[in-house]
Amino acid sequence: MSGYIPRDRAWHPPALTPLYKTSVARSPQRAPLAFATTLSEETAPIFGHDILGPLDNDMIHNFAAKGESAIGPRIVVYGRVMDEAGRGVPNTLVEVWQANAGGRYRHKKESYLAPLDPNFGGCGRVITGEDGSYEFRTILPGPYPWPNGPNDWRPSHIHFSVFGQGFAQRLITQMYFEGDPLIWMCPIVRTIPSVEAIERLVAPLDMNATIPMDARAYKFDIVLRGSRQTVFENRMEGM
Amino acid sequence: MVQTLDYLKESPSQTAGPYVHIGAVPNFSGIDGVYPADLGASMVSDATKGERITIRGTVYDGTGTALRDALIEIWQADAAGLYPSANETRGTPDPAFTGFGRSPGDMETGEFTFETIKPGRVPFRDGRLMAPHVTVWIVARGINLGLHTRMYFADEEAANAEDPILSRIEHQNRVPTLLAKPEGGGTYRFDIHLQGPKETIFFDV
Repeated sequence: MSGYIPRDRAWHPPALTPLYKTSVARSPQRAPLAFATTLSEETAPIFGHDILGPLDNDMIHNFAAKGESAIGPRIVVYGRVMDEAGRGVPNTLVEVWQANAGGRYRHKKESYLAPLDPNFGGCGRVITGEDGSYEFRTILPGPYPWPNGPNDWRPSHIHFSVFGQGFAQRLITQMYFEGDPLIWMCPIVRTIPSVEAIERLVAPLDMNATIPMDARAYKFDIVLRGSRQTVFENRMEGM
Repeated sequence: MVQTLDYLKESPSQTAGPYVHIGAVPNFSGIDGVYPADLGASMVSDATKGERITIRGTVYDGTGTALRDALIEIWQADAAGLYPSANETRGTPDPAFTGFGRSPGDMETGEFTFETIKPGRVPFRDGRLMAPHVTVWIVARGINLGLHTRMYFADEEAANAEDPILSRIEHQNRVPTLLAKPEGGGTYRFDIHLQGPKETIFFDV
């Protein structure tokens, strides 16, 4: 391994996106300092499968009272975490959080009038397998209005946090659902400069992966930064 | 047509949003009983080698207002300069040190705190030693792509002077934005300014 491929900053949202108002006072204005990754960015913490509880990847049940379950359309979300060369990223922690089926988060500062579901917490986590695959079960989160423009609505979405094998790969993003018309109206989605990039975050319905009479399935692959593999780069002379 | 380069594009980033604490530190945000403890809440134990330090700081927006909905993560080497990572090949890191900390900041003030140890020095790509430093990553509502930076130690003048990253910064008058100030008793203050005259140097790395 000889470093991570630089991030394509024209592909990601820029820091300042005035239609997403909160970014205005929270966006750095100076150019960021670029340098090739060092060991500090090429290493990352280890989270073993032993940190996981049996229901960590089951948001339908991990906050529910015994014998009860969260309200809402039941879904399975599955996919692979890969790098830019298409290699699976094994043993990496994926954390997810979301609103309940009515579009309400379980959070003190949340003021939307939709009710809390006493059986839904809204957080889950899973560690990828040897091929980078992961899977969790949840309910379809509802869309909700948010204070930005006078009538802005978030499309249904699940937040994802992924670690990777180097801290340079650290990524937080959001998954959207195929066919949701709110995707293309959302000021947060539209911080992403291109339609092509936005589509990378839209999960298709996969009827072949459903659990009949139980849950539908959505596939969501996540791509983290790739690493350079050449053996010729940055070798000291004589080594 | 030439052959195609079969690279995938990195998944585009989206803001962590106002409720990142639900996913990252659910116990802190009042969602009890799902995980036994919040990830990154504890970095050291009695067995950890090295000089104990406390890192405190606040993230400020361009108006000077403290962020209370941010998530700050740190990643650092152990006292010997080894990373507790699966791909550390230089030696065996301290098994009593996680290297990873995560703080949501204080509920009222936004101030973040990490109880950790002073990291050892880690080699740069060419073998020169970098000054002791802590990798810092900041996400929050309004931040579209997680911000990378580093915390160095203001009382490491000699090591900082020869650090390959600090020495390449064009605007040397901004280097102090990366230096944590000792406040006595092993505490260092590292405030982060997202924009304005004191804007922290963020990294494209």
